Amino acid sequence: MKADGVKRLLLGAIPWLGAIALWYAVRMSGIVNPSLIPAPHAVAMKFFELLTHEGLLVDVWASTRRVTLGVLLGIAAAVPVGFLLGWYRPARTLADPMINFFRALPPIALIPLVIVYFGVDETAKLVVLFYAAFFSGVIVMYEGVSQITPLYIRVAQTLGASELEIFRKVIIPLTVPHILTALRVALGVAWATLVASELIAAQRGLGALIQNASTYFLLDIIYVGIICIGFVALVMDMILRAISKRLLVWQERAVA
Amino acid sequence: MTNSANKTARAQFEHVSLAFDTPKGKLQIVDDVNYVINDGDFIAVIGPSGCGKTTMMNMLAGFQKPTGGRVLFDNVPVQGPGPERGVIFQEYGVFPWLTVRQNIAFGLTLHANRVAPSEREAICDHYLSLMGLSDFANSFPKHLSGGMRQRLAIARAYAVKPQFLLMDEPFGALDAQTRANMQNLLLQVLAAEGKTVMLITHSVEEAIYLASRIVVVTARPARIKEIIEVPFSYPRDESIHERPEFGQLRSYIRELVMSEYRAQQAQTSFSE
Repeated sequence: MKADGVKRLLLGAIPWLGAIALWYAVRMSGIVNPSLIPAPHAVAMKFFELLTHEGLLVDVWASTRRVTLGVLLGIAAAVPVGFLLGWYRPARTLADPMINFFRALPPIALIPLVIVYFGVDETAKLVVLFYAAFFSGVIVMYEGVSQITPLYIRVAQTLGASELEIFRKVIIPLTVPHILTALRVALGVAWATLVASELIAAQRGLGALIQNASTYFLLDIIYVGIICIGFVALVMDMILRAISKRLLVWQERAVA
Repeated sequence: MTNSANKTARAQFEHVSLAFDTPKGKLQIVDDVNYVINDGDFIAVIGPSGCGKTTMMNMLAGFQKPTGGRVLFDNVPVQGPGPERGVIFQEYGVFPWLTVRQNIAFGLTLHANRVAPSEREAICDHYLSLMGLSDFANSFPKHLSGGMRQRLAIARAYAVKPQFLLMDEPFGALDAQTRANMQNLLLQVLAAEGKTVMLITHSVEEAIYLASRIVVVTARPARIKEIIEVPFSYPRDESIHERPEFGQLRSYIRELVMSEYRAQQAQTSFSE
């Protein structure tokens, strides 16, 4: 068991080492001007410098909190709406075109309007992240819920279940996997939207860090910011996957 | 099982019809079906596939309403599904998110038939061992074979003690060996608990082996072609397959079903 874990860790490390090797290779090959690509070790040093002197953790925390809050609020709204749309066909016919219309709008395009209506403080950033999370989550929810087979409901009815019992004991367990998928998808979209949301006059946050660094052409800081976003997103996804695995032990296919 | 001295009607089909309006016109699924299922009867409904057998069962189960006539259960028109009419579905419908034991206990945790936890556990244990699922009590259905899932579905339906069982081709997807085992198990349970059964099936042998009466249904729209009393008394065992009457009855019913099957083929090729 332990040897297995070590093996998996090593296997997981290979692509990362490969990426770093490729990074060095591109830098040394001369295809790109080396001054435009900071070396990995330089980025690592910058990372520790920011961590110890510039309060990088404050940025990480600010962004993580925004993403988490935006996703939680977005999914809290997407679950009931997606459920209604998936469950009642007429509701879907009614709302489907409009949802796809809004879903297609990139949140970044909405930022000027968000500033007009919500100002430039924390609320504005949350609105953008909420928007991104809600529309990606709602689609996953209603696609999933609309595929729930009526067989289980019929079975429960023949065993004497009331409407409320069917909802509690059949529909909710069948909805949980879709909620977890919606959370994962929304989390991905929210991290992708983060930089855009922090365009709105953010003092701290990984997006703000990248924005400010780009103003002064500080490539190494941009790299640090990007890598931090990737890692925090990865860790959050791993946590969600662990939760899914726990909650969905019953599922036929292994939760990937 | 059949007690002719004391026959109370449990389920009644009174001139039952069911039709759908389709863009191409009216589609008649069930047409003027009339029969009575008495207490203790084991009725097998047999007919070509797609003829409307399942629709008949669905109306008694309460999933579909007839568009003509009445379906009565205990002299009251069927309004919807209920725990007094247990249904065993062709697709099993075992709840994948519950363990085997939790599946069996499901009905017993509902308000409609709630029992004390100790009694619930006792009922679960009883059916776990009866169905040979004790070793899998805490497994999820994904670890079960098709035959085990079917036994689980049956155990779950039995646990709430319905006096009336509706079974829609319950053994259709099983291999021959498992199927024979399941048929024998069903006969054992019925001998012990005395239930009334309506079984939908494709198999003439299965119908003769299990049922006290066989309702042969025509190609769509489903009408009653013939109702046949099966001349074997309960308890039965597999030796009745060897009896000459079994063979004669089988040939007779097979011919009835085949002629309907041919009629259906003609119908389909005509409409295409």
